[in-house]
Amino acid sequence: MKTESKLQKLLDSGHFAVTAEIGPPKHASAHGIRHHAHMLKNYVDATNITDCQTAIVRLSSIAAAVHIRDCGLEPIVQMTCRDRNRIAIQSDLLGAYSLGIRNLLCLSGDHQKFGNEPSAKNVYDIDSIQLIYLMRRMRDEKLFFSGEPIKEHEPRFFIGAVANPFADPFEFRVARLEKKVEAGAEFIQTQCIFDMERFERFMEMVRERGIHERVHILAGVTPLKSWRAAKYLQTSVSGMIVPDDIVERLKKAEDPKREGIEICIEQIKHIRNIPGVHGVHIMAIAWEEVVPEIVERSGLYPRPKVE
Amino acid sequence: MIIAQQKPIKDIAEMIADCKKVLLVGCAGCVTVCLAGGEKETEILAAALRIMRRLQDNPLETVTYVATRQCDPEYIATMDNLVKDVDAIISLACGVGVQYIAERYHDKWVVPALDTKFIGGSKVHGVWEEKCGLCGDCVLHRTGGICPIIRCSKSILNGPCGGSQYGKCEISKDVDCAWQLIYDRMKALGRLDKLMEIQPPKDWSKSRDGGPRKAIREDVMIG
Repeated sequence: MKTESKLQKLLDSGHFAVTAEIGPPKHASAHGIRHHAHMLKNYVDATNITDCQTAIVRLSSIAAAVHIRDCGLEPIVQMTCRDRNRIAIQSDLLGAYSLGIRNLLCLSGDHQKFGNEPSAKNVYDIDSIQLIYLMRRMRDEKLFFSGEPIKEHEPRFFIGAVANPFADPFEFRVARLEKKVEAGAEFIQTQCIFDMERFERFMEMVRERGIHERVHILAGVTPLKSWRAAKYLQTSVSGMIVPDDIVERLKKAEDPKREGIEICIEQIKHIRNIPGVHGVHIMAIAWEEVVPEIVERSGLYPRPKVE
Repeated sequence: MIIAQQKPIKDIAEMIADCKKVLLVGCAGCVTVCLAGGEKETEILAAALRIMRRLQDNPLETVTYVATRQCDPEYIATMDNLVKDVDAIISLACGVGVQYIAERYHDKWVVPALDTKFIGGSKVHGVWEEKCGLCGDCVLHRTGGICPIIRCSKSILNGPCGGSQYGKCEISKDVDCAWQLIYDRMKALGRLDKLMEIQPPKDWSKSRDGGPRKAIREDVMIG
C-alpha cells in the first residue's frame, strides 16, 4: 500500500536509507530545530522527531515536525503510548496528517519515572503493537480504532516501529519484531548498536524467519562524545549493551569526539554489509551537527533523489 | 487481600488536632493480616497519639474498637454507642471502611489512619507485593498466570518492551520484568506460540475508567 512518504519510495525502490533524529527543545522556540533541519536536509532522507523522550517535557513532536517539513526535510513523527489515550492519539495523528506529516513511528515510550514529571499518571491505554495494528487498519480499512468507518480522508501514514536487539529475553526479540510486522509495521528502526556481534546474531534470526523481506530494517547507530557517555549508556540505560572495548577505545583516544565519529563510521560501513539491513538510523543525541560528516564519510552522500 | 500501610503519625495527629476525644476503629479483615490496622495496631496508634498530645500539654482521650469488618455496614452499626461523644473517628481500615463509617455517622469527622496501597499478597513475612490490577477482565489465562496489567509498569499486553534487561524492568533493578516472567513460564509450558497472538486493545471500561463499579447478584439479594 503506497503512501506519499518519500522514505517509503526510497526504501521500496531498494535504496539504502539514512534517517537521523532531532530532539525538540525544552522551550517554545523552533529556532534550534529549524537550524538542525537545514543542516541535515541534504544528508538524510528523513528525520525522527522524538516524543518527549525519556519522559521530559519538550516541544510537541508534531509541531516540531511541521517546522522541520517547512525547512524541506521529511519528518518521522514519533508517537508514544505513554501520554495519550486512544482518543488523543487518533486526534493528534489526524491533525499530524492534515499538516503534511507522512511517516509515523509507534513506540511504548520511556516510563515517566525517568523524566521531569515522575508524579504524572501514565496512560498506556494501548501498547505499541496495538498502535501499529490500529493505525495500519485506519489506513487500509478506513476504520477508527473503535471500528467506526472513516467516511473520507483517512490518514495514510508510512508506519514504522522500533526493535531492540539488546533487550531481553534475547530469543524473543526477533519474535516480537515479527509480531510488529504482523501488526502492520513497514519499517523498523533499531536501538543504537554497539554490540555488533549480538546485532549480527539478531539479523541472522531475522533472515531465518524471512522478516527482512517483509519489512525495511534500519540499523540504529549513535556517535559517542566521550568514554563517560559510553559508560553511562553501559550502566544506566536499561536495554543497552555497550562493550568494554568501545569504552576503552574512547578512554585512550587523544580526541574522544573524533574517535566517537570514527567508531560510528566504522559501524555504518560494517552494517551496510549485513544482509537484510535496508538503512541506517543515526541518533546523534544533542550532537546533530556531526551527522553530515558521518553520512559523507560513510559513503552515503549524496542521497538519492526520488520523485 | 487489600494491603494498607499506616500514614505517618504526625499526619494523623494533624487531622485530629482540634479534637479532645477520638474513637479509633481497627478492622479484623485484610488490614489485620497485613499488620496495618488490627487490634494491636489500633492500640499502639491510640497510645502514641495520647503520648504525643500529653507532651504538647493538650491531652487526648481515646476509645478503641475493632470491627469484624469495616467493609460491611452491619459491623459498623455495632459501634453506635461508642461514637456519640467523640469529636472524631479514626479508621484503621482500607478506604472502604473509612467511607462506610462516614456514611453512617454523617455528623462526625472521620479520618483515615492508613493509605490503602494495593491488592496483593505476602510471600515473605513483612514483605507485601502487588499482584492484581482490578481491571475487571482477567487476562491471566493468556499470560501464564502472571498479570501484565499491574506487574508490567506500562501494562503492556504485547510485551516485553525494549526496556527489559537481565529480567528487570526499566524503572528499577528491584522490579522484575513481568514479561520476562511470562516468557519464561510460557516457554516452560511449551506455549510460546500463544505469545505470537496480537492481543487486542483492552476494554478499560470494565476497569475504573468506566466509572464506579457495582457487582450485583440478584439471586442472593434479600427482600
